[in-house]
Amino acid sequence: MSDKQNPYSAPDTGHVWDDTLRELTNQPPRWWMLGFYASLALVVVYVIIYPAIPLVSSHTKGLLDWTSIKEYKEDLAVIEEKRAEFERPLQEMSAAAILADDNLADYVQRSAKVLFGDNCAACHGIEGQGNQGYPVLNDNDWLYGGTIQAIEQSITTGRNGMMPAHPLSEAELNRLADAIIAGNPASEPLFGFPPEGKGCAACHGTDGKGMHALGAANLTDPIWRFVAADQRESVKHTIQHGVNVPGNSQSRNAVMPQFGGGKLSDTEIRKLAVYVHKLGGGQ
Amino acid sequence: MSNDTGSPGATQIDALYDEQGHWHINTGEKTIHAKRMPGRFRRLKWFTASVWLIFFLGPYLRWGERQAIILDIPQRKFQIFDITILPQDVWMLSLVLLFFAILLAVVTSVAGRVFCGYFCFQTVWTDIFTLIEERLEGSPAQRHKLDKAPWDGRKLLIKGVKHALWIAIGILTGITFTLWFGDAYEMWRSYFALDAAPIAWGTVATFAIFTYLFGGFMREQVCFWLCPYARIQGVMMDAETIVPAYDFNRGEPRARLKKGEAVTGTGDCIECNQCIAVCPTGIDIREGQQEGCITCGLCLDACDSVMSRINKPRGLIRYSSLDALQGVPHIPLLKRPRILIYLAILLLSVAGIYYGLTHLGTLELKVIHSRAPLFVQMSDGTIQNKYDLKILNKLDHDIEARISASGPPGLELVDGERLLTLKSGRLTSRIIYIKVASSNLDASRLPLTFTVQNVDNPEESASYDSAFFSQP
Repeated sequence: MSDKQNPYSAPDTGHVWDDTLRELTNQPPRWWMLGFYASLALVVVYVIIYPAIPLVSSHTKGLLDWTSIKEYKEDLAVIEEKRAEFERPLQEMSAAAILADDNLADYVQRSAKVLFGDNCAACHGIEGQGNQGYPVLNDNDWLYGGTIQAIEQSITTGRNGMMPAHPLSEAELNRLADAIIAGNPASEPLFGFPPEGKGCAACHGTDGKGMHALGAANLTDPIWRFVAADQRESVKHTIQHGVNVPGNSQSRNAVMPQFGGGKLSDTEIRKLAVYVHKLGGGQ
Repeated sequence: MSNDTGSPGATQIDALYDEQGHWHINTGEKTIHAKRMPGRFRRLKWFTASVWLIFFLGPYLRWGERQAIILDIPQRKFQIFDITILPQDVWMLSLVLLFFAILLAVVTSVAGRVFCGYFCFQTVWTDIFTLIEERLEGSPAQRHKLDKAPWDGRKLLIKGVKHALWIAIGILTGITFTLWFGDAYEMWRSYFALDAAPIAWGTVATFAIFTYLFGGFMREQVCFWLCPYARIQGVMMDAETIVPAYDFNRGEPRARLKKGEAVTGTGDCIECNQCIAVCPTGIDIREGQQEGCITCGLCLDACDSVMSRINKPRGLIRYSSLDALQGVPHIPLLKRPRILIYLAILLLSVAGIYYGLTHLGTLELKVIHSRAPLFVQMSDGTIQNKYDLKILNKLDHDIEARISASGPPGLELVDGERLLTLKSGRLTSRIIYIKVASSNLDASRLPLTFTVQNVDNPEESASYDSAFFSQP
């Protein structure tokens, strides 16, 4: 070992400073040199077996034919195989059947979060908490029904809200709005059928609880879709200008685009339906 | 530069180099062939070394249907007899490590490098390797001679058998190590059928190579240059530590004993050099305690046998502390603060392990309250909260369990108190919704406790305190 060498006798470069400081030419220790040569050898091995030298339009491929994307795809295949335990049955099962299977439903609840985030969260919020003008998905109030079939239908074909505009007098609007905000629209004669009423009950039902087939909102619960700072003004505005009334720029906008027809696969739609159903209010 | 510049610095450096020359340490250029002598400490060494039989025989012990101790890395669970330790309980491992680290410290403080001399795999395996060497090649003198002899058929045969045996021990060591991590019988089958996992082959190869290399060739060099414990233990000794020590008061001045000559005025040491001849690390204990001494006590045996032959009392080299040899008053063991602190830590870690093992539990429940949104108002005015439950089944079988909750009056689990299957050793997760009528809520945050309970054995349960949120 080099530490046994008395530095007094070690060879030097002949450079001497301050009479005594010599620049020695001690060899690096042998183990160090061996490591150095071994790493040089490793470079050669590396160049032979791995992609290494860039060429004009390509590069040397190496004997192992290794690429990072290939390794990534292999790793991905391992994960896909683990997921297959759940994903395979999802291909064939109906949304209702998935919902009935606790383990599959739990898998969808966790994995479809990404799908929901990509396609639904922009309007309905990341946890389905809704936005102004966009329905809340984690409560149990549903415009078009909260069964798994209805949810699947809504996602597949989309929904187009419709409510005609009612050009009523200010006094009439106030009376209707007050009754609706109080949660008891049926008590207001204007809510009923003509001659004394304005026909609201035709869609919203004589009890004001709405109608899923038409997407007519339940007016008796405390859940509001078109929330505004001033609740009364908001209700009045909706009655006066309707929803999706052509040619009325003041009209409420309520369109849910369709996700079927090639935009999402059937399996993806089923997953989303189960996910939405499981957000807290499925029926 | 020459040494005659006369500067005081140069002389000091020269003195250092002289000292280093005196303390010449064998860095592997000389193979040590130590002599084997019977004696008390030789017997003791065999006795202590036999704890390694546990290492070799342990994997074959069965416990019911399975191996008694199995460190199942792929399944992420350690099974030790009746106890199953999952990664969640591995904090106990740190206490086990702490226990052994402090045990090493306290033993070292009291009696020096006991681990090195009597238990260490390096010294124990080296002892076995040199035993084989002695049986095949003969006494140290014969071994030195054989090493120098030209390569002929006889030397080739002896050396070949020796190395083959060494490698066999290495392979057996490697295989035995792997047996702790899988079913021992199944693993032996896979080794013979050549279909063991690559990691198993790799482990066996690594162990075989390093056992062969360390036990056959490096030997005391491992203790000198590779082993960190030797360094750590070195600093844990003090003048009160009992170590194999040469009684210089009695031994000096040394004089050779000549037959038929009565010698007076000399010490008991007769410079027979038997203590050096038997030393597995090739040191001279009469120089005092030093880094090469693994405190195996073999020099005590050698010296005692010589002392009895020359009719002198035994114990010229004996277990003693530097203080005792120098006549410094002895401090009782339990009055040394170092010992007391070590003992306290030992007790604490044992208490922690005991607590851990008796509180392993059967089920483990963790609940995360969903924060976005904190709560949802439902159509009928009730308030709904969302919870993410993670349930770990630590039992060795699958169970049916029921989830229930208690908290604000009139709370309702949305899907009822549902049953779910918890797989053994697995984490099961469920999202649970809880509804409470807003009239029953008088604060924006109310305590709520989840309980998960084995349907068949209500004793096996776990609870978690969470909260119910609303707008008051």
